[in-house]
Amino acid sequence: MIMPSMDRSDVLFLYRQMLLIRRFEEKSAEMYALAKIAGFLHLYIGEEAIAVGAIAALRPDDYAISAYRDHGHCLARGSHPGQVMAELFGKATGLCHGKGGSMHLVDAPRRFMGGYAIVGGHIPLATGLAFATKYQKLDLVTVCFFGEGAIPSGQAHEALNLAALWKLPVIFVCENNRYGMGTPAERAIALYADVAETARSYGIMAERVDGMDVLAVRDVMRRVVEQVRAGQGPFFIEAMTYRFMGHSMSDPAHGHYRTKEEVEEHRKRDPLLLLKQTILSNNLANEADFIQLERQVGEVVTAAVKFADESPFPIPSELYNDVLAD
Amino acid sequence: MLMSYREALNQAMREEMRRDSRIFLIGEEVGYYQGAFKVSKGFVEEFGPQRVVDTPITEAGFTGLAIGAAMAGLHPIVELMTMNFAIVALDQIVNNAAKIRYMSGGQLSVPMVIRGPGSAAHQLGAQHSQSLEAWFCHVPGLKVIAPATPHDAKGLLKSAIRDKNPVIFIEAQLLYGTKGDVEDGEYTIPIGVAEVKRAGRDVTIVAYSKMLLLALEVADQLSREGIEVEVIDPRTLKPLDLPTIVASVKKTGRLVIVEEGWRFCGLGAQIAESVYTAAFDYLDAPIQRVTGEEVPMPYSRPLENAAIPDKTRVIKAVKALCGAQ
Repeated sequence: MIMPSMDRSDVLFLYRQMLLIRRFEEKSAEMYALAKIAGFLHLYIGEEAIAVGAIAALRPDDYAISAYRDHGHCLARGSHPGQVMAELFGKATGLCHGKGGSMHLVDAPRRFMGGYAIVGGHIPLATGLAFATKYQKLDLVTVCFFGEGAIPSGQAHEALNLAALWKLPVIFVCENNRYGMGTPAERAIALYADVAETARSYGIMAERVDGMDVLAVRDVMRRVVEQVRAGQGPFFIEAMTYRFMGHSMSDPAHGHYRTKEEVEEHRKRDPLLLLKQTILSNNLANEADFIQLERQVGEVVTAAVKFADESPFPIPSELYNDVLAD
Repeated sequence: MLMSYREALNQAMREEMRRDSRIFLIGEEVGYYQGAFKVSKGFVEEFGPQRVVDTPITEAGFTGLAIGAAMAGLHPIVELMTMNFAIVALDQIVNNAAKIRYMSGGQLSVPMVIRGPGSAAHQLGAQHSQSLEAWFCHVPGLKVIAPATPHDAKGLLKSAIRDKNPVIFIEAQLLYGTKGDVEDGEYTIPIGVAEVKRAGRDVTIVAYSKMLLLALEVADQLSREGIEVEVIDPRTLKPLDLPTIVASVKKTGRLVIVEEGWRFCGLGAQIAESVYTAAFDYLDAPIQRVTGEEVPMPYSRPLENAAIPDKTRVIKAVKALCGAQ
């Protein structure tokens, strides 16, 4: 397997970011079982390569925005894991002071403009961020992450049309994990065999990428970001992926709508496993390096939980803050 | 200076757009068509198509786009061709514009105005004649304004544009051509401040948007019969200036609320509840509400007239309170 840009520190950074998300999500599931986290919790396990690969191609001042499965994007953007975990715990020290929760993480200083939980509803927002940067004559791009479940929604189509019509600097990253909750894409999307065709029908350039291969995602994104930044209009990336867990914590990994064998089959292409194999076969690191990374990330996640657990809940008067700006 | 409601809105936006390049106007037919109701006449010529943005017929899409632009530091004015079309964009308005500040713990703001004509005009049918202000007022995170006069329209629109929050600004097709005195030069009217439009001692009428004009006509007529009506225009529906209404009720002891929207869960129900709570002991009679009838708006002229509050019904309500039939 020969890849471009195989710089040791680069690939280890990507691996570490994916590992951080993986261990963070596993810990979140544990904390959910302990009732430290409540409500809806949608894990990103299996899809890490997309957030990590795509965001690695951005500048710190570019915008990123996501749907409700948003922990991975927020962490990949560099948010403090403790503040993210504290938000899931509903604590005052959370990114949004406990007002947002798992589905509505925001880290404005890192230009992570939020997780949104009405399917398709944040895609127009992404076009607006891109509209603003173009209006302000800034050379910024906006990356919008959403699942393939959003593709049939009217708001997605309106946003795609506006982005194409006005040549907005926005990159649509469709995380095609094959299921909108429990409904497989072929029962929901007329163009399920090639959802990028939806974007092409609006005149948007589109490409499919292996969403389990972080280097492939990053390299496509580097090329696309450069092109979009140069003012060549929007781009649509369909990243083929698979979520290893259920849709949310109330949904088992397999059962009603997919078999254990199917999940196991996809787990063979675990994005962490794939990158580790590439790194080892290219002699960029050895097992000891991975053990060390595992230990470092483990410490970060443990510290995040400790921070969240020891943080106070918001005081009652916080209820009324930030309904309106003064 | 005498000018139309339409001209007042045009002036407000023009002055603000000259002052601040972050402000842009976006909506269907706002540019080269000069606005469906000609409110943005001359704008595309003065500000160019970058700041006066014609859209396809996609209220959810362009309202959402404007919200995103506001999150990134611009100040959009979204023109909805009519407020009925806000229903198509309601996910964006309610789930995004109204909540983004709160959900983000104050990290993000959505400074924008969503404006356009609400309520019935003449025989536009059920889908183009609705008064939906109660829907917007129900949602925390939105401000709602419904001015009745050109002077108020100009001053309040300027304040709405300068506000840091999403503001729903409800105009009326039948008000666009009405004329009134507008203060010369630069001025704003604060959001959340009602105005006593006519002083009186016997009965208070609270009415907004084009129902204010009806209330003032009624007050004129009743004055000739010896009943002195005090007419209050809240101007801003949310946040509501309750103290001004309560002060009047404490003086008159009687309140009639006139609104064009449907009765059940209408804005008048909320105003009545607030007044009962704040001034129960001052009321000499139960509060009267005159509202639109609980039907989809019919097309036929006599049926439409029967569905909208008119002078006869308002006079009847006032007289019922005064015990003089």
